[in-house]
Amino acid sequence: MPTESTSDSHPHQDLLSAVIRFAGDSGDGMQLAGTQFTDTSAIIGNDVATFPDYPAEIRAPAGTVPGVSGFQIHFAAEDIFTPGDAVNALVAMNPAAFKAHIDDVEPGGVVIANEDEFNKVNLRKAGYPEDYNPLDDSQYLTRYQLFKVPITRLNEEALADTGMSAKDVGRCKNMYALGVAYWLYDRPLDQTIKYLNRFFGEKKKLPKVAEANIKTLKAGYYFGETAEMFPVRYHVARAPITPGKYRKVTGAEALAMGLITAGKLADKTICYCGYPITPASNLLHALAAQRNFGVKTFQAEDEIAAVCASIGASFAGQIGVTGTSGPGFALKSEAIGLAVMTELPLIIVNVQRGGPSTGLPTKTEQSDLLQCMFGRNGDAPVVLLAPQSPGDCFDAAIEAVRIALRHMAPVCLLADGYIANGSEPWLIPDPDSFEPIPVKHPTANGQFHPYDRDENLARPWAIPGTEGLEHRIGGLEKQHITGNVSYDPENHQLMTMLRKEKIDRVARFIPDQTTFGPDSGDLLVLGWGGTFGSIHTAVARAQKKGKRVSAAHLRYLHPMPSNLGALLKRFRGVLVPELNTGQLRLLIRGRFLIDARGLNKVQGKPFLVEEIEQAIDLMLADKFGDREYLMPRHHQVKLEDQEYDFAAALAGAAQETHES
Amino acid sequence: MSEKSLPVLTAKDFASDQDVRWCPGCGDYAILNQVKKVLAKVNATRHNSVFVAGIGCSSRFPYYMSTYGFHTIHGRAPAIATGVKIANPDLNVWVVTGDGDGLSIGGNHLLHVLRRNVNVKILLFNNRIYGLTKGQYSPTSEEGKKTPSSPQGSLDLPLTPLSVALAAEASFVARCIDVDPDLAKVLERAANHKGSAFIEIYQDCNVFNHFAFRYATDKDAKEENILRLEHGKPLVFGKDRDKGIRMTSEQKPEVVKLSESGIKEDDLIFHDEHDEKLAFTLSRLRVDDGFPEPVGVFYQMDDDCYEDLLTQQIDEAIKARGVGTLEKLFNAGDVYEIEPSEVPHEQHV
Repeated sequence: MPTESTSDSHPHQDLLSAVIRFAGDSGDGMQLAGTQFTDTSAIIGNDVATFPDYPAEIRAPAGTVPGVSGFQIHFAAEDIFTPGDAVNALVAMNPAAFKAHIDDVEPGGVVIANEDEFNKVNLRKAGYPEDYNPLDDSQYLTRYQLFKVPITRLNEEALADTGMSAKDVGRCKNMYALGVAYWLYDRPLDQTIKYLNRFFGEKKKLPKVAEANIKTLKAGYYFGETAEMFPVRYHVARAPITPGKYRKVTGAEALAMGLITAGKLADKTICYCGYPITPASNLLHALAAQRNFGVKTFQAEDEIAAVCASIGASFAGQIGVTGTSGPGFALKSEAIGLAVMTELPLIIVNVQRGGPSTGLPTKTEQSDLLQCMFGRNGDAPVVLLAPQSPGDCFDAAIEAVRIALRHMAPVCLLADGYIANGSEPWLIPDPDSFEPIPVKHPTANGQFHPYDRDENLARPWAIPGTEGLEHRIGGLEKQHITGNVSYDPENHQLMTMLRKEKIDRVARFIPDQTTFGPDSGDLLVLGWGGTFGSIHTAVARAQKKGKRVSAAHLRYLHPMPSNLGALLKRFRGVLVPELNTGQLRLLIRGRFLIDARGLNKVQGKPFLVEEIEQAIDLMLADKFGDREYLMPRHHQVKLEDQEYDFAAALAGAAQETHES
Repeated sequence: MSEKSLPVLTAKDFASDQDVRWCPGCGDYAILNQVKKVLAKVNATRHNSVFVAGIGCSSRFPYYMSTYGFHTIHGRAPAIATGVKIANPDLNVWVVTGDGDGLSIGGNHLLHVLRRNVNVKILLFNNRIYGLTKGQYSPTSEEGKKTPSSPQGSLDLPLTPLSVALAAEASFVARCIDVDPDLAKVLERAANHKGSAFIEIYQDCNVFNHFAFRYATDKDAKEENILRLEHGKPLVFGKDRDKGIRMTSEQKPEVVKLSESGIKEDDLIFHDEHDEKLAFTLSRLRVDDGFPEPVGVFYQMDDDCYEDLLTQQIDEAIKARGVGTLEKLFNAGDVYEIEPSEVPHEQHV
């Protein structure tokens, strides 16, 4: 079995990093192939970052462009922070996948096309003109290293004597493609073989299926070795990663682990109440599978019931957590207001997706910031935190629980589809390295006042079952201290201010905002959440070119770090790249009266590094002019595109309608 | 703990220090008093009892109890109560709701708390009107009802709370009347039932829908219009207990007069609290259709409670995989070791 690298005489080329994308029909197993490639790359010591991209429909019409599922892996011999801009190698399992992804491949990049599927029917389904096959198109042949591999047929031949049905054989072809990719990038097979044996062999009790998958995986690998089709193999050495024990985690997994850890640190049960919603369901699944950690999971009848049950759990003295995405968050608004009013700890995870309304369920966006910040009736402040990467979800979840319990307040954790489903290597922490989360429950001692407050303005968390502390809370305005219902005008003003001040005082526990690069200069690129990787990489490149650019990434969106205002004012300009039309920018402008400019992208995809680099250049060259923000179009942030060209779009739409 | 060490609480001990602010003459007062009495009777404690309510007149209930209480948001009390029970199954949780709160805005939660058999006691005060918002028609208002929001008469067909509860797989379904002494008996049975208990209480809103249930409360008329259910007993009613309900050959209930044309009690339907179909049939009987409206326990069945099953699953998971520790949590999945590099890392630029 090939495990040693560089064991053959094939010419090798060393690369610092590479980006490979697997693309096929949503039933082709591309997510599995991608995950396996990632795991193997991580285990051999590469730094990795991934970006799964799958359709909203579970099985969109087979062979069509909307049904294409992709998985991109960036693996490197250096520290990386994004899944990569341009694709170096594309594995396209059918014409639709080719069509959907070919433009992302860098010129000269490798394209491995499963030529068996480029037949008349599939070409038509992909929307190609009659009698046209892109594999014969000279523009692609000259632009890319295009390799036509009959993956379907070779997989069938490899599995001819297994006695499996044609359908089952067909389902193994992703492993054949993976085998080819493993050979091309000089990766060992053992990790995937182990996985196949464990998953199909042990878990699903289908040893024959495991065997077949392994067989075709190897066949793919040997194809690379013997077919002499590829002129060169690529080698990406291990990255200078801090030594230690690692595992690959997705953001959803890290969130689940963070919540479980927080529960242990607080000696409380995590009561996670959710309702299925893309892309947040993985968090519910991850927690439901780990009930032996004492986690209670509850699939409620709807989003409202989910948040209400978690509020009930917090009232009863455990840690109520609910998770959702934008549309679900909207439904939870009123109940979150109840948690604000009753001053109970509550964690709301919002795995953001493209909106408004149902929007783009499987695509990423950062457009719920203002919803989470303000989307409630009345003045109803909550704490807002945003993890910046899949692994960071772990720490952010613990921090969210710590704040919620210390301040008796709802905390909203703003993840997004990109970091929840993306993955990265995670240095396994020492379980004893965490500070416990202290919890105070009062006991009967004289007269009890449910709206008494401590130095953080948090009220006592007296829990049902405690003798002598019986009290009533609710959504009606409370009298200061006693918690009795009060409609007194002065009291309402006092209580409103207390609720605000309580959240503002969370800032006392927030570390000062740090910068990547000097804390003053020509430009500060200010980001939050899942855009960290692209911003960091773009700013690093600008710094390398000698530009006086720094980056700051906000984890604490509300309240913000106390030093942020002063920090922003030490830069000549502030650029806020966001996957929305300028929500943090609005908050920054409003709060600090700073002329922050935006780079705003709403295409359901993360920023490309080059898009941010271009915006940095424009800002530094003072070319933004009076424009408050620019939007990248087709990977270009051009000044001439500074105004969104509605006229052209409308004219184009009219023409299309006319044509059809 | 020995019986003696338990402090003996009386109904008064369950009253909070808040003034009760329902309209004078409201049916809610009677219910409040009965609930306090029953809690004392079943040896409930203040600290282990939790009253959860939504929004509406009835939902002010928790403020008047000296137990733990949560006055939540409109329609959501069953969901919040479910969370309370999930977090702490040992608490005695009561949900107080109304026809608008429980059947309109919160209809969905009511269905699901019942089908899950969460061990909560749900008191649905049915006054067939929205009282707190000044008299609009509710999901139980009669068709054609003229209210400020239906000046030409409501177009909605009312629904029958008990039919809904039975269809939602409730394990305890009963009906009472605010001023009827049998209320205490039913509440006590509900308190002792393990599982979700649904009790519809006919409640008079003497401001916006006075006398909606006069037929069931009027001293002279009520025994002709209600039928007191007793498990194992024939369905007999009437001031002189001279009427009954029997099943026709087409399996339809009909009112018959006893001792007329030789009909005996043995010919009547015998109430069986464990007969779901019978319970549903009984839930459909209406005064308007010439039947007495049954009160008492329609249906009762022992079944596992949601929160207990959840705890059980956790125990099973622990049994199968051991108590989860952080060490185990972090090291699940494919763990790999990055060894310190032997040679300094060279970048292939």
